[in-house]
Amino acid sequence: MDIHEYQAKELLSRYQIHIPRGGLAYSPEQAAYRASEIGGDRWVVKAQIHSGARGKAGGIKLCSSDHEIVAAADAMLGAKLVTHQTGPQGKLVSRLYIEEAMDIEREIYLGFVLDRKSERIMIVASSSGGMEIEEIAEAEPDSIIRATVDPGVGMQDFQAREIVFGLGIDNALIGRATQTLLGCYRAFVDYDAAMLEINPLVVTRRGDLVALDAKMSFDENALFRRPHIAEMRDKSQEDQRETYASDRGLSYVGLEGNIGCIINGAGLAMATMDMIKIAGGEPANFLDIGGGASPERVAKSFRAVLRDRQVETILVNIFAGINRCDWVAEGVIKALREVGVPVPLVVRLSGTNMDEGRRILAESGEDIIVAETLAEAADKAVEAWRAFSANKAA
Amino acid sequence: MSILLDKNTRVIVQGFTGKIGSFHAEDMKRYGTNVVGGVTPGKGGHTHLGMPVFNTVKGAAQETGADASIVFVPPPFAADSIMEAADAGIRLCVCITDGIPSQDMIRVKRYMRRYRFEDRMTLIGPNCAGMITPGEALMGIMPGSIYLPGRIGIVGRSGTLGYEAASQMKALGIGVSTSVGIGGDPVNGSSFKDMLELFEQDPNTDAVLMIGEIGGPQEAEAALWARDHMKKPLIAYIAGLSAPKGRRMGHAGAIISAFGESAQEKVELLKRAGVTIVPTPSSFGETVAEVLSVMNKAA
Repeated sequence: MDIHEYQAKELLSRYQIHIPRGGLAYSPEQAAYRASEIGGDRWVVKAQIHSGARGKAGGIKLCSSDHEIVAAADAMLGAKLVTHQTGPQGKLVSRLYIEEAMDIEREIYLGFVLDRKSERIMIVASSSGGMEIEEIAEAEPDSIIRATVDPGVGMQDFQAREIVFGLGIDNALIGRATQTLLGCYRAFVDYDAAMLEINPLVVTRRGDLVALDAKMSFDENALFRRPHIAEMRDKSQEDQRETYASDRGLSYVGLEGNIGCIINGAGLAMATMDMIKIAGGEPANFLDIGGGASPERVAKSFRAVLRDRQVETILVNIFAGINRCDWVAEGVIKALREVGVPVPLVVRLSGTNMDEGRRILAESGEDIIVAETLAEAADKAVEAWRAFSANKAA
Repeated sequence: MSILLDKNTRVIVQGFTGKIGSFHAEDMKRYGTNVVGGVTPGKGGHTHLGMPVFNTVKGAAQETGADASIVFVPPPFAADSIMEAADAGIRLCVCITDGIPSQDMIRVKRYMRRYRFEDRMTLIGPNCAGMITPGEALMGIMPGSIYLPGRIGIVGRSGTLGYEAASQMKALGIGVSTSVGIGGDPVNGSSFKDMLELFEQDPNTDAVLMIGEIGGPQEAEAALWARDHMKKPLIAYIAGLSAPKGRRMGHAGAIISAFGESAQEKVELLKRAGVTIVPTPSSFGETVAEVLSVMNKAA
């Protein structure tokens, strides 16, 4: 789960990490008022969306008057910012963060991630801040410093010092920088973060070390014990199809294609989507219906998939392990009658009692295309989608 | 023999008296697994499903001689249950629970290192379907009927995709020595490479099918190990060809976040390491059959 920059900064400031003075605004007037509260003569208006690279998309503006702040805020609020991380549909700006502008002497990259190879928290730092880490890895690979933390004892002072010296930070700031690194590590652990990035961490002309930007995301499996983090969720930043599905306990990822998928198990779901692609189609979504595949869950899944107006065919692929295909087939028919599916439906049932399940589908009188193998299911779905789509065009 | 699990393995169930634990304890017993009891703290001394319940894993191990445990404990408490099993001298622990926080798993992995390598528990999962040695024993939630006993090892992250593979093989009369689900979490107990090492040493396994997916470094690590150390043929499939970067595809670990983690990149790396690739998820059976026929001709 991602949070906004202002939320991440608030969390980090509790761990003695210095952040610029700033305030949240929901309107241009409020933005100007925040600037007057902050004081000074230069401010930055920052669009709060769950994406990096906001600057290039017009989501960050340096202003030196009330008038400029109001104009910048007016342009940003209600707009959809498109960055290379948001996808073409962009993300809606409904909150702004107004900050005092900093005089920057140098920029540093600082990141904390869960490293799957060492199965530990890894610190990634570079003296080439301001760029994205992928760009740094490409352009300045030698500038990257990495360290992993032993979870038994946590991050040690010497590890922080080694990184600080490696970054070539001024002697006067060594204590501050060490504090910053240790604070980030503690925040990462205390909040069950999955990723924490301060880019850039800046050395100011006044000789301070300040987090100019901050990004955090959290382990969704740990939200049960971090209720105040869970409350930071901003559904306006999510794909609406995904919010609908996740509110109903379904694991769903919206994609760009036209063939909606309802499948049990994440691996089989991915494989079925692969098969659709191989057959010449494009999946509209990933959806793992989970273990039970009860009639209620099947009905919920149909509703979630059909909310996507791009969907022109639905492929259901269930491998019944613990449950039985005849039961799943009855669930599919019940859900079909309840929800109403205005597009072609291909169903492939496999596993326990599959012959019985296929018979129930075939004899239901419903317009269901039944497939026996995975390849056949994908072929039939692509064929049905092409026919449906051609019909619609004509 | 097979790897890790056979009909003599003495299994206890952690989270025994819960609904899910009870259901699968009976199912495993029906398959022929030697289930000898279970653990639910606070319910020690009772009998459940005709078997003894214990308060602690140590107590259960001492009384029943159990050497393996399967964990159905809910996510907030599952990491603790795994560590309890490790400390009680359990040799094999399969954790089915989905939804354990990553930092809990980091702690579990660190904790297990306090035991010497020879004494260290083998952890399978979490967030997996478990494992089966067809015809002998089941420690998991998969339908036993889709696995034919035989000589191919299977190791995969996913449950149902593993069923798909096993049933395609069964349709062609190809059986399985042991099938292991290592689970879909970013930090898990045993890696693909750990299982390949065991299959390579197992006299009853002739070849191994590895079912990977997007995200993480484990398939690449396994491929490089296989290239340098494995004599048995390795066949592999990587799911997630159509998965976009940065999106989590159901499994907590199925996310492309770095170079080399996409399906295409993994397939390239596996090919270069000499691994036979299953080209589509509908050709698990025929690809394994082809590899076997080449082996038979060579023999």
